[in-house]
Amino acid sequence: MGALGKNILLLAGGAALLMAAPAFITSKFYIDVLTLIFFTAYLGQSWNILGGYAGQFSFGGVMFFGTGAYASSVLLTSFGIPPVMGIFVAIFAGAVLGFIVGFMSFRSGLKGSYFALITLAFAELLRVLANSVEFTGGGVGLFLTYAPGLSNLQFSTPTGFYYFALLLMFISIAIALWLERSRFGAQLVAIRENEDAAEALGIDTLRCKIYAIMIMGAMGGAAGTFYAQKYLYLDPPIAYSIHLSVEMLLVTIVGGMGTVFGPLIGAFVLHIVNEVARHFIDTPGLSLIVYGFILILIISYLPNGLIGMFRRRMKQSEATALDKITSDKGGRDA
Amino acid sequence: MLDVVGVTKRFGGLTAVSSVNLNVQNGEIVSLIGPNGAGKTTLFAMVAGFLRSDEGSVRFDNTPISGMKPHQISRLGMVRTFQITQPFAGLTTLENIMVGAYSNTSDSKIARQNAEKVAETVGMTSLLGQGADSLTVAGRKRLELARALATDPKLLLLDEVMAGLNPTEIDEIVAVIKGIRDTGVTIFLIEHVMKAVMNLSDRTYVLNDGKLIASGTPAAVAEDPQVIEAYLGHGAAEAMVATS
Repeated sequence: MGALGKNILLLAGGAALLMAAPAFITSKFYIDVLTLIFFTAYLGQSWNILGGYAGQFSFGGVMFFGTGAYASSVLLTSFGIPPVMGIFVAIFAGAVLGFIVGFMSFRSGLKGSYFALITLAFAELLRVLANSVEFTGGGVGLFLTYAPGLSNLQFSTPTGFYYFALLLMFISIAIALWLERSRFGAQLVAIRENEDAAEALGIDTLRCKIYAIMIMGAMGGAAGTFYAQKYLYLDPPIAYSIHLSVEMLLVTIVGGMGTVFGPLIGAFVLHIVNEVARHFIDTPGLSLIVYGFILILIISYLPNGLIGMFRRRMKQSEATALDKITSDKGGRDA
Repeated sequence: MLDVVGVTKRFGGLTAVSSVNLNVQNGEIVSLIGPNGAGKTTLFAMVAGFLRSDEGSVRFDNTPISGMKPHQISRLGMVRTFQITQPFAGLTTLENIMVGAYSNTSDSKIARQNAEKVAETVGMTSLLGQGADSLTVAGRKRLELARALATDPKLLLLDEVMAGLNPTEIDEIVAVIKGIRDTGVTIFLIEHVMKAVMNLSDRTYVLNDGKLIASGTPAAVAEDPQVIEAYLGHGAAEAMVATS
């Protein structure tokens, strides 16, 4: 219980720090960087639920983001429905898309690289579709007007968007914390570790995986609305960019898959590496090479991510503590 | 409790299991033995819903379960273990057993308590904090048993839980299995280790080349000429009679 109390204290401290940060950071640039970090961490967490916890890697995570972005933006531009309501439609649209993709692929038993490829194909399909239909604005894209106000989920200062992104990030952390403690989370992890054994123990693996991708979809949908209202422009290459699909899995892998704080830590580290490389290296393109090199280093030397390193140490100390307890009780051995 | 009627499985031209009939009564320990490749595990997989049978039917507690998915059958109270152990390798022993315990409760505290109780039953209390990937073979076999037991089953299907264990470990797990039966769980097991089968089971079925060739008490089955031939080769039964 002591450890739990300490964790809660740490969590509350970290949250308070992030909430108070805009009071100390005057630079709009840094506020924007932090906003982007939270946004990426949030998307990373959505990927983490299906990829990290349930072990189903997707390469097309952006499809939920793009669909959510189009859902609320089209509602706003064509029907005048404010994004504060549109975001719920975006969440719903993401979840429905998650159900469709999950049902189709998991039901037919797609796993591993096949599942990853089918999600990539879905994202590409949606990009082409968004390009060719009328109501998305096609290749021209959608322009949103800037009118700060809560009903538009737009803010007159970068700090407003900072808090919006922070709120999304907190929600995603809360979802991950719930997974860590709940039966559903344990079932997802069981599926990741061994699907046959999970089935044998009474877990409806199909249903669990579909729920997981629906949660991912719902989260991605909300992220789409956030993005559209912040950047005010949407076209198919942005909405369904492979780059974002890769980024959400990258921050999670670097930080630590299947962990609560992996995506956040990964987003921090990668963004900082990226910014620092850009700041110190003038030759165009070279910063990307440095960024890529550091990425290779992290992935090859820390296969469990940055958190995996710390977590292993914690688990070891926990295990020795448990050994002590049981040997004190005179626990019966094999 | 379990009724298998005329179950057949073909893989291409090979008939792995050929119209097998067997039953398991409430409270029994029943074993299924046979040489390698006799179709034991295939039969288990069909009973537990992992494989679909080509012919025949399986009933559990008078419910037809052919065509049901493994998790549905598991929920009805018939839970299998795997011959090749399938631990959740990245999790601790406790977490592994908790997955089983979650099938009856969504409360993680209750699941944890039940898992600890089960661990005590199978003698894994001191290993609870250990990662499942660092368990010994004996430990993994016990973990298979513990996880299945944590689901609170009516009928346990144990697939060679003693394979690869040394004699001391076998004696220990035999005691554990008897203890489980005494708590009211019916047990149907596949086994290779003859000594354990004789000791443990009320009734035995013998499978050879996918067909049932004998059934009855372990002592009677062990003297059946057909069984001796299946295990030791053609003519072995006559030779044994001649020498004795």
